[in-house]
Amino acid sequence: MEIYAFIVLSVLAIGSALGMILNKNTVNSALFLVLHLISLAGVYLLLKAQFLAIVQIIVYAGAIMVLFLFVIMLLNVADEKSLLDRFRVGYFLAFLLGVAVLGQIVYSVAGVAGILPSISPEMEQIGTVEAVGDVLFTEYLMPFEMTAILLTAAVVGALMVAQFKSGKATHS
Amino acid sequence: MISIEWLISLSAILFTIGLIGVLIRRNAVVVFMCVELMLNAVNLSLVAFSAYHGDIAGQILVFFSLSVAAAEAVVGLAIIIAIFRNNLSVDIGDINLLRF
Repeated sequence: MEIYAFIVLSVLAIGSALGMILNKNTVNSALFLVLHLISLAGVYLLLKAQFLAIVQIIVYAGAIMVLFLFVIMLLNVADEKSLLDRFRVGYFLAFLLGVAVLGQIVYSVAGVAGILPSISPEMEQIGTVEAVGDVLFTEYLMPFEMTAILLTAAVVGALMVAQFKSGKATHS
Repeated sequence: MISIEWLISLSAILFTIGLIGVLIRRNAVVVFMCVELMLNAVNLSLVAFSAYHGDIAGQILVFFSLSVAAAEAVVGLAIIIAIFRNNLSVDIGDINLLRF
């Protein structure tokens, strides 16, 4: 049962990722990315990481993708010319590089396949909100607070970069 | 139970798709979305290792990676808006001010 759910979810994830990079309409690309993120959240659920599945949907598919769609509609860019209407050397090189990277990852993983861990007996308990919060607010409290500083700095920096100044040139 | 090799293979394939997307797309917003795709692929392998080791630290790392991705998306989109305002284009072929 889990195997079938995993196969369906991974086909959905790979298909929507391919749809994202091959679609010439930017809004459609963003919606394909939302589908991809939701199917990855399903994979997280299969791995008993409930907290991360919910956070993935709320933060990624909710907040970040809304930001992307706002920017796409704010910029109102035209569709790209179709990627597949003519052959370019760059596409072929990109494909070759991708195959090389994939081969490298698969080769290095296959080298350690024998020593990869088997199913852990305590994996039923991990991944709940309680377990994640317990570790996050004790052992990892300092990085958590650093995250708050990072997000504040990102918001202030984004405002500084993107705000509109009338009359003179913007910072860039 | 799903074997971990399947999960790592899925992660590697998604990472590769993101990499190819970064290389072939011309629109800066879509390039950013492909970077998000690659971050997600790495997150998937972290969650897989975390589940198989029974260790929560991998999921905590994914949590931090999510917040870094959010910060990166915010700053990157702000830079794209600033470039669009000066340049009236988000095509990465047109952004060549620092090219020698």
